[in-house]
Amino acid sequence: MASSISAPTTAATSLTGSFTAEAFAAHLERVKHLPSWWLDRKRAAYARFAALPMPRRTDEGWRFSNLATLTLDGFHLPAAVGRDQLQHRELGVTGAGHLVFANNRLVAHQPLTTAGDRGIIFDTLQNALLQHGDLVKSHLLTQPSKLGSDKFAALHEAFLEDGAFIYVPKGVEAALPVGVFHYACGNGAAVFPHTLVIAEDNAKITVADFFRSDAGSRNFAPGLPLNQFACGGNDLYAGHGAAVTYIAMQDWSRGTLSFQFNATVARRDAKVLSLNLHAGARQARHESFSQLSAPGAHSEMLALTVAHGTQEFDQRTLQIHQAPNTSSNLLYKNALLDAAKTIFSGLIVVDPDAQKTDAYQSNRNLMLSDEAEANSLPGLEIQANDVRCTHGATSARIDREQEFYLESRGIRAAQAQELLVFGFFEEVLGKIEHQELHDILTEIIREKFKQ
Amino acid sequence: MSQLEIKDLHISIGDKPIVKGFTLTIKQGEVHAIMGPNGTGKSTLAKAIAGHPDYTITGGDVLLDGKSVLAMEPDERARAGLFLAFQYPSEIPGVSIANFLRAAVQARMAEGEELDASGYYKRLYAKMDLLKIDRKFTSRSVNEGFSGGEKKRCEILQMAMLEPKVALMDETDSGLDIDALRIVAEGVNAQRSGPSAPGILLITHYQRLLDYIVPDFVHVMYAGRIVKSGDKSLALELEAKGYDWVKKEFAAATA
Repeated sequence: MASSISAPTTAATSLTGSFTAEAFAAHLERVKHLPSWWLDRKRAAYARFAALPMPRRTDEGWRFSNLATLTLDGFHLPAAVGRDQLQHRELGVTGAGHLVFANNRLVAHQPLTTAGDRGIIFDTLQNALLQHGDLVKSHLLTQPSKLGSDKFAALHEAFLEDGAFIYVPKGVEAALPVGVFHYACGNGAAVFPHTLVIAEDNAKITVADFFRSDAGSRNFAPGLPLNQFACGGNDLYAGHGAAVTYIAMQDWSRGTLSFQFNATVARRDAKVLSLNLHAGARQARHESFSQLSAPGAHSEMLALTVAHGTQEFDQRTLQIHQAPNTSSNLLYKNALLDAAKTIFSGLIVVDPDAQKTDAYQSNRNLMLSDEAEANSLPGLEIQANDVRCTHGATSARIDREQEFYLESRGIRAAQAQELLVFGFFEEVLGKIEHQELHDILTEIIREKFKQ
Repeated sequence: MSQLEIKDLHISIGDKPIVKGFTLTIKQGEVHAIMGPNGTGKSTLAKAIAGHPDYTITGGDVLLDGKSVLAMEPDERARAGLFLAFQYPSEIPGVSIANFLRAAVQARMAEGEELDASGYYKRLYAKMDLLKIDRKFTSRSVNEGFSGGEKKRCEILQMAMLEPKVALMDETDSGLDIDALRIVAEGVNAQRSGPSAPGILLITHYQRLLDYIVPDFVHVMYAGRIVKSGDKSLALELEAKGYDWVKKEFAAATA
């Protein structure tokens, strides 16, 4: 009954919210020097965004999501800020290259210096569009949006201004990880970060992708009204025998509405490991789409979430096995405190000729509060007959005997919980070989427990 | 000098009374062995004093250096100087021994005080060497996949690192072969001398342990309280005669 009372006039404006045709025109003006094929794609993307409806309660891809709090209103394309306005922390790896973006613009760039890294392109997307247009064209946002966020994915493409471009040529193994930092600064700021990673045959690279708000918008109490909007993406391409490690650390302000879309393509014998740490935002939707497109490809899809206050983390995944002898391993672990909410919805698809697929999907939730809510929707769609696919979801409370054991050694209750959460996360954290990256992940999680 | 006074303690699990009027004072440096048949309340006593939430104290008091611990949380009791060596130590996947012990040591430091990491590891390794624990153990998850002997040695290691005023050792001998028992006993004995030697309450079912950790006092517990006390010869007597005579004596006394 309530649905019949929607007013058509408000519905029309809410389709674009703050991201009006005028805002888009202003954005286009800022990037008009970029290749015309890209501008055409952006125009098409904006048209799709403006025409598509907001998600509805009946949409399967939005089951359990809080739709009432999804909004496109109250944001703006923010003005430039200087590097000195950021409390920027480096990667902590001596000599590692980095790119720092704030409010959609480059503010700092440390190119790669190691001799063995020659041939690697580590630059902005804008420079890459101008200098390596064909490479960008064949990899940037070329995978379909299949997990429900077509509208927001179109918004991302339409307003994407700049981001990181990482290209590793055939046979080159990057000596050090590279760091990409995306900042959102100021109230109402809307940012559209992107990181594109192309590892050609037998190449190897590790990328750390950071999502942060400036100090002024960061330290807000849980339940803060929306103050920032982030709509980002990353494309990971691993050629034959390539190895890509991608670690994303989402630590937006507690008043951020965040969308992040990942598309991974793993070719023959390629190995991709992606780990997403979700700590920030008020409501964060993450969609991850992995394609195992040739025999021997392997994708490791990992995520860690620390949800507190009234935060909502909404994670949707798709693993498609398109060729025989491919494997994927998804492990999403959530620790839930207070009245936080998580949603995990994952699907493994095995195409008819993808025999000998080995696919695993697991969502584990550690409940630290009676008021927290974890929703799991694991799924399989298998069209081949000789495969091994397992999936499962569990929710468990902290083991009281373990808690008592720690406390009986003098460890305070809060610290005991933190230790048990780290213990729970170790299965994922232990897969990160770079000590510095491991330490940064640990530090973000620890920070969260101090809040 | 520290001491633990257990005064007329009554403990229930749910509505069921288990410990019914237990009284004992343990002074620093003393080893008191508590023996008795199964189901008589020995483990209940140890866990309840440590603050396990499954047990309810329905009467009496427990004083550490004159101060009641009963209103304290388990972690406060531990920091006040109580230590429980578990009969069945919990396995904690993903938490390394080094991080766990570090957190326990740090919990005892004042706010803002920094742990001297090199000093900590030096001390830890010395204690591990004494207990013949491989140094690789520091990176292993707490008790996960440990043998019975390894778990018990790990308990003694924690006791050595945390230097409690009073240690309650719950069936530390259970599940140990004779070699493991000897190592564990050496670890305990090494802590018995010196100015910071803890008072020890040694709960055991068998006299065997007392050959290696020689007690100052032996108490027989039956039906929730101490029914007989003596020196180490009492343990030998129990070994020879079994517990039946204690039960008979108790039945006669309460008839």
